[in-house]
Amino acid sequence: MKTTYREAMRAALREALRSDDRVFLMGEDVGRYGGCFAVSLGLLDEFGPERIRDTPLSESAFVGAGIGAALGGMRPIVEIMTVNFSLLALDQILNNAATLLHMSGGQLNVPLVIRMTTGAGRQLAAQHSHSLEGWYAHIPGIRIVTPATIEDARGMLATALDDPDPVLIFEHGSLYPMEGELADDAGAVDIDHAAVRRAGSDLTLITYGGTLFKTLEAAEELAGHGVSAEVVDLRTLRPLDTDALVASVARTHRAVVIDEGWRSGSISAEIAARLGESCFYELDAPIARVCSAEVPMPYPKHLEEAALPQVAGIVSAALATVG
Amino acid sequence: MAKRAARVPNPESHERDLWRQMLLIRRFEERCVELYSAAKIRGFMHLYIGEEAVAVGVLQALGPADSVVATYREHGHALARGVSARLVMAEMLGKVEGCSGGRGGSMHLFDAATRFYGGNAIVGGGIPIAVGLALADALRSTGGVTACFFGEGAVAEGEFHESVNLASLWRLPVLFCCENNLYAMGTALARSESETNLAVKAAAYEVPAWSVDGMDVLAVEDAARRAVESVRAGGGPHFLELRTYRYRAHSMYDPELYRDKAEVELWRQRDPLDLLGARLTDAGVLDDAEKAALEAEVFAEIDDAVAFAEAGSFEPVEDLTRHVYSERRPS
Repeated sequence: MKTTYREAMRAALREALRSDDRVFLMGEDVGRYGGCFAVSLGLLDEFGPERIRDTPLSESAFVGAGIGAALGGMRPIVEIMTVNFSLLALDQILNNAATLLHMSGGQLNVPLVIRMTTGAGRQLAAQHSHSLEGWYAHIPGIRIVTPATIEDARGMLATALDDPDPVLIFEHGSLYPMEGELADDAGAVDIDHAAVRRAGSDLTLITYGGTLFKTLEAAEELAGHGVSAEVVDLRTLRPLDTDALVASVARTHRAVVIDEGWRSGSISAEIAARLGESCFYELDAPIARVCSAEVPMPYPKHLEEAALPQVAGIVSAALATVG
Repeated sequence: MAKRAARVPNPESHERDLWRQMLLIRRFEERCVELYSAAKIRGFMHLYIGEEAVAVGVLQALGPADSVVATYREHGHALARGVSARLVMAEMLGKVEGCSGGRGGSMHLFDAATRFYGGNAIVGGGIPIAVGLALADALRSTGGVTACFFGEGAVAEGEFHESVNLASLWRLPVLFCCENNLYAMGTALARSESETNLAVKAAAYEVPAWSVDGMDVLAVEDAARRAVESVRAGGGPHFLELRTYRYRAHSMYDPELYRDKAEVELWRQRDPLDLLGARLTDAGVLDDAEKAALEAEVFAEIDDAVAFAEAGSFEPVEDLTRHVYSERRPS
């Protein structure tokens, strides 16, 4: 059937709410407003205010309340409008969600799912546009997933809710209106493995989330240059599926990492380091990176576009790598 | 302060048990100081000595299905909640037999069996968790109540205000217990708060709030029972300000430059053990011989806890990365 990323996410929420009484959704404007990005539109009517809970603008309190409710036997889904706002709840995410299992010597699971929007591309400037999922991937004790396809938007939530540990789902804001086909019986998908989205033999383009489709477009363009590019979608940033990356690079011997986060101290740096550690002798060229420019996101369209990884930049980095 | 007639000690000796519980906490922590000096306990260690009446009094009002969230100064709360002295002492020594498997230490005591949820060492950080535990109780209609302890310093944190507002808005079954010992580490209340009447802050969120003499365990118990009864009956969250005092330094590294010794002495004159002890003696419930017998009992319990902890084992280094993620996941 034809659907959108947004509708696939909503279908996943609806299924979770229908199939498990312990599941509820809370966050700012998830109810009456229908969700800042209209993901939860209509769910209040279907499930009522006990299970679709509008919260005050208190990120720390409602994320912490999600942790407490998870400890108390519920399966909360907490929505935070954007990753930039999630910093107001960073204490709860890092000091509690990620540490309670450990501090309690394995006694206390926190089966919590936190969803938030990430990424740029909509001229929302420097406090609504950043890609901080790589930062979160620094933290042991939580899982970081980044659905890029409609199938993953539909299927990652159920698996995240089944997990006994906290899972953060990062939804790139530019993906919500994306249209595509989804199998009628689409359901839960694994959240442990990277996926090869396009097979190729000359180099590996490694990416995730909002830059997956730019990277696929670049791979298509590279084919016109006679370069066969493999595209690997990380899907999960923590724990990283290093085996899949190494397996691909062992075939292609070249790699370019594309990441909307800033370059310094980033997930792209982590990936490059792991490839250097794990398959240095497989490499025929230095690992290249295409990242966002190291500026807070500017407002004007031309500057925002210049700050972000773009198809042309990916193509030229790839050509330089195979050159 | 709540105006309640002073309670007459009960010959059935519930009060005698309260005295023993407070004594256990005090002697337990005195032993911890010795073990700290002997370098068997390390890290930060925050003593509750002087404040025993608060945890012991409040926790009388809870049942086994209720939940507790406490701070990094929580040895007393764990013991009063019924976590055994053995498990707490083993945790102090970092042994795998400890109530947190040795991973937490003094500041992170946890015990799922008694619904004791820490042991939170970020000031104010446990308050949203307590609200969430209460939300789960409300959604599951368990009738459970969550008691959430925090110091007066936490009242300056945004998490306090966000949480009290949320709990009140959703009428959740939480008892907020503010242990006002007058100092946030070294910062006196008047130096950090524009409004020093703490009950007023909770009242601003439409939460019933009152102040209690935190040195009088019977007054604390009465107030907590009254509050918990109301919370359980659907009255929404309640707030108690428990006026108390910490006799010892903030932690083991504190030279106490910020307060006079005379002030400490003044508070010692209203010592919770002495206050209740004198009332029990006056009422003929507890004489000196019985006190000595209880002291001996408590010493034996602590000796046993120390022996248990000393005989315990350190977790093998090979297990270092356990408890980061759950060992069992659905396939």
